[in-house]
Amino acid sequence: MESNVVVKESGTQRAAVPVLQTLPGDDVRQIMWRYADRYDIQMAVQSARSVARGPVARLVAEGARNTHEWTEEKSRLYDAFDDSGITAIFLDPEHGGFIEGPKNLALALAAFELAWVDGGAATCSLATNLALSPIHERGTQEQRTHYMAGSAPRKPGEDRIPYRGAFALTEPLPYVGVETSMLSGKIRVAEWKEGGEPVLQVEKRGRFITNIAFANFVTAAVASDDPRIKGSCMVILEESDPGLFDRGAHTKKLVHQLSSTGDPVLNLKVPASRIIGGYTIKDGVIIPRFAHGDVIEAVFRRTRVPVGLMTSAKLLSAVEPVIRYQRQRFRGAEGGSPGSPRYELGLQQKEDTLHRLLDVWGVGEAGASFGFFASRMLDEFDPIEREKDRIFAEQGKESARAQMKELARFEPLAIELIALEAKKVRTAEEEKRREELLAQPLVRFAQLDAQVNVYGPAVKLWNTAVGATMMREAVNLMGGYGITEDCPGFVGQKWMDAQLEATYEGPESVQRRQLSVTMLNEVFLAQLRVWLKEMREIGRERAGTGACALATGLELWLKTLEYLQSAKDASGGRLYSNNRQGVTFALADALCWLLSSRSLILDVIELEERGVENPVLAEGLDGLVAFYTDLSHAQVARSCGEAGRICAELIYGYQRHPAWDDADNNGSCRAQDADALDAIIPGIGAGVRGYGDVLEMDELRPNKAGPCFVPHGIDGFIRLRAKLDGCLCGCRLAKDRAAAALTKVMIPETLDYPI
Amino acid sequence: MSKGYHIVVCGGIVPDPLQRLEPVSTPSGPALRNEMMLPAVLDPWAASALYEAAALAKKMPESKVWLVAAGPKAKLQQVMMVTGQKVPFELVAIDAPAGGFTESFAVAGLLAAAIKSIPGLDYSRLLVFGGWESASRGAGSTLQAVGELLEISAQFQGVDELAVAEDGSFTVLERVEGGRHQVSKCSAAPAVLGWATGNLAEPPNNPQVGMANMRAIMPALQKAKAEKLSAEGLSFQHVALPAEQRETRIVKDTPVDVIANEIVDWLRGAN
Repeated sequence: MESNVVVKESGTQRAAVPVLQTLPGDDVRQIMWRYADRYDIQMAVQSARSVARGPVARLVAEGARNTHEWTEEKSRLYDAFDDSGITAIFLDPEHGGFIEGPKNLALALAAFELAWVDGGAATCSLATNLALSPIHERGTQEQRTHYMAGSAPRKPGEDRIPYRGAFALTEPLPYVGVETSMLSGKIRVAEWKEGGEPVLQVEKRGRFITNIAFANFVTAAVASDDPRIKGSCMVILEESDPGLFDRGAHTKKLVHQLSSTGDPVLNLKVPASRIIGGYTIKDGVIIPRFAHGDVIEAVFRRTRVPVGLMTSAKLLSAVEPVIRYQRQRFRGAEGGSPGSPRYELGLQQKEDTLHRLLDVWGVGEAGASFGFFASRMLDEFDPIEREKDRIFAEQGKESARAQMKELARFEPLAIELIALEAKKVRTAEEEKRREELLAQPLVRFAQLDAQVNVYGPAVKLWNTAVGATMMREAVNLMGGYGITEDCPGFVGQKWMDAQLEATYEGPESVQRRQLSVTMLNEVFLAQLRVWLKEMREIGRERAGTGACALATGLELWLKTLEYLQSAKDASGGRLYSNNRQGVTFALADALCWLLSSRSLILDVIELEERGVENPVLAEGLDGLVAFYTDLSHAQVARSCGEAGRICAELIYGYQRHPAWDDADNNGSCRAQDADALDAIIPGIGAGVRGYGDVLEMDELRPNKAGPCFVPHGIDGFIRLRAKLDGCLCGCRLAKDRAAAALTKVMIPETLDYPI
Repeated sequence: MSKGYHIVVCGGIVPDPLQRLEPVSTPSGPALRNEMMLPAVLDPWAASALYEAAALAKKMPESKVWLVAAGPKAKLQQVMMVTGQKVPFELVAIDAPAGGFTESFAVAGLLAAAIKSIPGLDYSRLLVFGGWESASRGAGSTLQAVGELLEISAQFQGVDELAVAEDGSFTVLERVEGGRHQVSKCSAAPAVLGWATGNLAEPPNNPQVGMANMRAIMPALQKAKAEKLSAEGLSFQHVALPAEQRETRIVKDTPVDVIANEIVDWLRGAN
């Protein structure tokens, strides 16, 4: 039998190095992403895969992406989604679904599978869920039952037309999207007979609205244009409502052509019972139970995560085609016969191609770990949030402001709980206290809410923004082939698609803005400090993962945040403030790099610990773990490098560079003075030259911009920065090992979807 | 006919056909490189038989379908995440080695024993289905041996169609040379039918079916007994993949008749 280890000689030492035998399959993914025990989710994954690599891939290969219009061929996608159960993943069993309980992980995996082939198809599948989400999260029981059950796929013999939804938040210019608090959609009372239900006139113009070509209902955000309606709300519009349901012009997207997008014009009369979540009437005024902002907050915190995962799927899907292309690059050419390195390895003979592919893989893998971590967190969060809603409904505290005020009381308790949970050994008293806190739903809510509020935007931001850039690298690795329609794996199209994923459901600036606020939450910061210690401990046991370096990276980030929150710039302006996006947004980016790597490390450990339980993996587990450990190490180094660079720019970048003629400049000394001191303190002459500016005999001033900046009050940062650089020890050796594994891994004969 | 059939489909698992299949030598005989790590599928020939069985059961009230599958338990479970969603059936799992290097009579022994152990199985209504061939090695003898061990003498191989008459008799179309079918009539069950490709498309995944199946599939997998396959008297002199011959051209928008003419010309040239 072939050995699954190779023996490496280094000096006199010989070490057996496990080899990555195959690309990670379902057994590996189920362990890493924690659904090995969920056969309902495993089936959903297989269903989504069969549609992605069947009907979706055929559509793309046949050139269906070359039209903006929603064609008959494209509309068959929905039949495939219905037939395979993809549509039903979102639904509860009583409404025609098949997965009990929270479904964030299942939906994320389905989107991941579809985006593995085409992001537009994934968007198409998610869009009705997005339209249903306001109803699911905040709708009345009647609304939920009606629209959820109506969206279920037809059963045999049924002639019902299933609901297909569109979500209309984004406004036409000049209010395109970002400022979600400003709505141009209007709602007025059209008729209100005494004792009867009010009839509302809803005007809404949408922009970039997905699914609009065939949607038969729209959930739209509107603001009151009538003193008899308070504030804003979301409302359900149906195509059969009296008035105008104009689907508008097709958006001429360069990307995601397997989803329908357009700019609808809606002007319809609807009963007030269509207000999502219902309403009350007080003093003749309709008061919606939920403002539109309350609804979309609940929606987006969930739906943005799958979008981030869509981009990660693209990166991971590029690995196999790139390896195949690299290996086969010179086959058929002169000078390369079977068995020769040129024939067998092709471009993989060159280190650069391997390292760059590892960069693509590392970002894709970290993004996937990050996104699925967030999805699982949302699954845990869902029932807790429902319980919170129930408690506040009982207390009559339904407005966001009232809830926030009340929850602030629980934040110190959440921090206490975090501290208690972090203890490996607890006294009986501590254990009792921990259980008391865990039993309080609002404490658990405060704890998880703080994390969810960071992870949602962080996954969306990092996975798509860094992912889109990294997709360019994947295209680059396919040479000229990469930017053709015929490129295996549709790598070029995926690159462009990634840019849209970075934009819709809130562009990057929206995510950064949200992060710049939520990452300051004391509950989150308390959790982050615990994770920092966790990484140190992991680093002690598994140094190869880079966990210890990551801990230093997190420490540096916290130190930087602490400094920025109190420091001022050279002009005396506050550094960390709402309008200083050069600071806040950059620091948000740095945090995302670090958190994504943390998720990857945790997944690698899970693979190592749980993989031994799966006999299928027994043969190749050592190789898989070794490869993933090295990949993780390389990715951590990249993350720490980015975070370190950003932090250093922020710490130093707002100080004015000293000038020679500054009044208070005393940062330089004369060479003869320093040399004279050598007689008293041997070595000081050389030391001073190494530390600061010394004016030599023959010059007035050194030939440079000014005296070097002498930092004050940031010694801790400087030490940490230097420590972080040192923590990068071995990361390139890890990359070399992972690169070697890429040259040996067995890949399938061909892609499992057409080109 | 008042009662439906008890249809037992025998099917193994094989590596996904898109994977690189590379024979290697091991101390226990030949194997495929990294076989355990490769994704597996239900043997396509057996899968055809399963879909035919489900279609027949749907037409014949009171019928029931079992799938008797031998293979490493963990791999069977992965395969069931796809196969389990296709059509309704009950799984009888045998935790045993699978692949192209097993002795077909030993496999048949395991399958026959598993069939005999199915509670309530009515031999007078029994149809044993399976693949006429296999994507792993295609010994072509496993299903015949299962029939012999179950003492079922009515056997049909290369079946493309099964039509049941009202009196319970059935007509079977078996492939013979020259693209023709041999038509046989059989008065009643039991019978063994080794399916060729049949006429049915692969059903789409249906998670509702899957969830219903899984209630029995997961316990069946958990209680599957580990079995050893006898390799007595079995030796492999040489193992190799069929020689690969590819002449691939990528063309677009070529009329069908042009493609047909090219193929005919190629065949003539090949002769």
